[in-house]
Amino acid sequence: MIAFILRRLAQAVLVMLTVAFIAFAMFNFVGDPINNMVGQDTSLQDREALRQSLGLNDPLVLRFGRFVANAAQGEFGVSFRLAEPVSRLILNALPATMELAIVAALLAVIFGVVLGVYTGLYPNRWLSRFFLTISLIGVSLPTFLIGILLILVFAVLLGLLPSFGRGEVVRIGWWSTGFLTWSGIKALILPSITLGLFQMTLIMRLVRSEMLEVMRADYIKFARARGLTNRAINFGHALKNTLVPVITITGLQLGAIIAFAIITETVFQWPGMGLLFIQSVQFADIPVMATYLILVAVIFVVINLVVDLLYFAVDPRLRIDGGRSGH
Amino acid sequence: MQITVRFLDTFRRAADSDIYFSFRSSRLVMLAASVTAVYFLAAIFAPLIAPQNPFDLASLQLLDAFTPPVWMEGGDWRFPLGADDQGRDVLSTIMYGSRISLAVGFLAVLLAMLIGIAAGLVSGYFGGTVDAVIMRIADVQLSFPAILIALLIDGVTRGVVPKEEHDKIAFFVLILAIGLSLWVQYARTVRGSVMVEKNKEYVQAARVIGIPPALILVRHVLPNVMGPVLVISTINLAIAIITEATLSFLGVGAPPTTPSLGTLIRVGNNFIFSGEWWICIFPGFVLATLVLAVNLLGDWLRDALNPKLR
Repeated sequence: MIAFILRRLAQAVLVMLTVAFIAFAMFNFVGDPINNMVGQDTSLQDREALRQSLGLNDPLVLRFGRFVANAAQGEFGVSFRLAEPVSRLILNALPATMELAIVAALLAVIFGVVLGVYTGLYPNRWLSRFFLTISLIGVSLPTFLIGILLILVFAVLLGLLPSFGRGEVVRIGWWSTGFLTWSGIKALILPSITLGLFQMTLIMRLVRSEMLEVMRADYIKFARARGLTNRAINFGHALKNTLVPVITITGLQLGAIIAFAIITETVFQWPGMGLLFIQSVQFADIPVMATYLILVAVIFVVINLVVDLLYFAVDPRLRIDGGRSGH
Repeated sequence: MQITVRFLDTFRRAADSDIYFSFRSSRLVMLAASVTAVYFLAAIFAPLIAPQNPFDLASLQLLDAFTPPVWMEGGDWRFPLGADDQGRDVLSTIMYGSRISLAVGFLAVLLAMLIGIAAGLVSGYFGGTVDAVIMRIADVQLSFPAILIALLIDGVTRGVVPKEEHDKIAFFVLILAIGLSLWVQYARTVRGSVMVEKNKEYVQAARVIGIPPALILVRHVLPNVMGPVLVISTINLAIAIITEATLSFLGVGAPPTTPSLGTLIRVGNNFIFSGEWWICIFPGFVLATLVLAVNLLGDWLRDALNPKLR
């Protein structure tokens, strides 16, 4: 088990270094940092002096080392577009994205598992067929189209819910939360449904197919023969055995939710990291793009690690052969 | 005469095949195929059949702007699905727009296929360090969603190329960005199949009689691993179309001068609040049904080509 964790950690470090290098290369080779800092009338000598004092003439390895050291301390430079430190921009946008992503993920997991269990246990009821058809549409509709349709129905036609922004937020320290005001919660509804719908259909289909498979297994027949209640069989025996792939996919989808938040945040003008990132792409604001990249990589790597560790907690079979098979 | 007989023979054999049978036996698949065919034909022959050339500025009249669809009050038969903010016929812009969407989708999948197959063949056949390097790159890339990779490539080209130039090459940047974000799945699948195939007798025989590795790979191994590649390509086409539409919707894809379906939806999105829903909803409907149809075809193809499920 320790060997397995160490190997995973080594892989995570490798991924982080690769991403950091890509970010570093973006900083250094896309445009001239000096050009971005000084005006047109700065003389060549002054430029050279600035270049020297900033250490831009040092060998590549040294510069990369400095970049990593700075990044580790939260120093990511200054945004070209907004002329503010990138770390502050990201920190301001982080709570909005996190709250949206967490609510969306909860929606996806709760509804996905419940609907998946239902459609798996009763595959022939018309309600199951209805849910399956809906899920097929959910997979095929692009996220932004779902958002637009929801806005059209609930904001424009019915006028029930706000179509953009976070509503009123309450600041707790540096974290701004929308959970504490009524308008904040109302503003959260449409974006979180938009963001969670795709993941929900994915989880639902996965749980359904796993349930269908498990319900045919011998130990379920045996449990029935022992006269256990339906509830004990369905949830104690069947659902528990479907959880390993569900946890994997859900974990990986949590990362995807943060990436797809870019789209949802654009549709709903949600002031989070995704909106910041897409505006940076449009203006080729490299420091913000690079920082976002590193941050997302950290989130992904951490999620992957946690998912791997959760395997051990959920599935005792993996502990025996040290998780060597299949990895 | 000979040719007709042979043609008929081929046709009869195709009609007898399992795949055609499973095609005929599902109404949903036939519907999906018809929808796909209609959209493809409408896109290919758009210049011939579209009621209006939406990019010919001389034929546009701003007075026609925001004409609603024909069945609504104030509708006009010149604009069956209504007109947009510049007086362009929505039906025509959709036809021209799906040309861009489909072209980007196809070329991106082709690019991903070429890169992925090449990487997979080399990786699976030679193994060792080459294999390790390629698969590590694939691992790293696979831990990020395709849309993020595509956005990043697009953003970097925007940093390198000046704005006016970028609009001209936007089409190729899109293909590159989406193609590079989709190659991993091909590489992994092909690698897996190659590792199985390379130990079979026909490959050993080819090696014994002295055929160079490159030729063995292309002539002998490749044809035997093409089945899964075909299935992945159908599903990837749907993904590529969605990715292109998403990038264009986010404002970093096809420029407004040569709009794709995503660009049209982005433009139409501005008029949702003022009640002109048709500018946005019709391109959205076409995009959604196109992707749904291609997805259904892909699902069916996967099941039909999979002997385990028969």
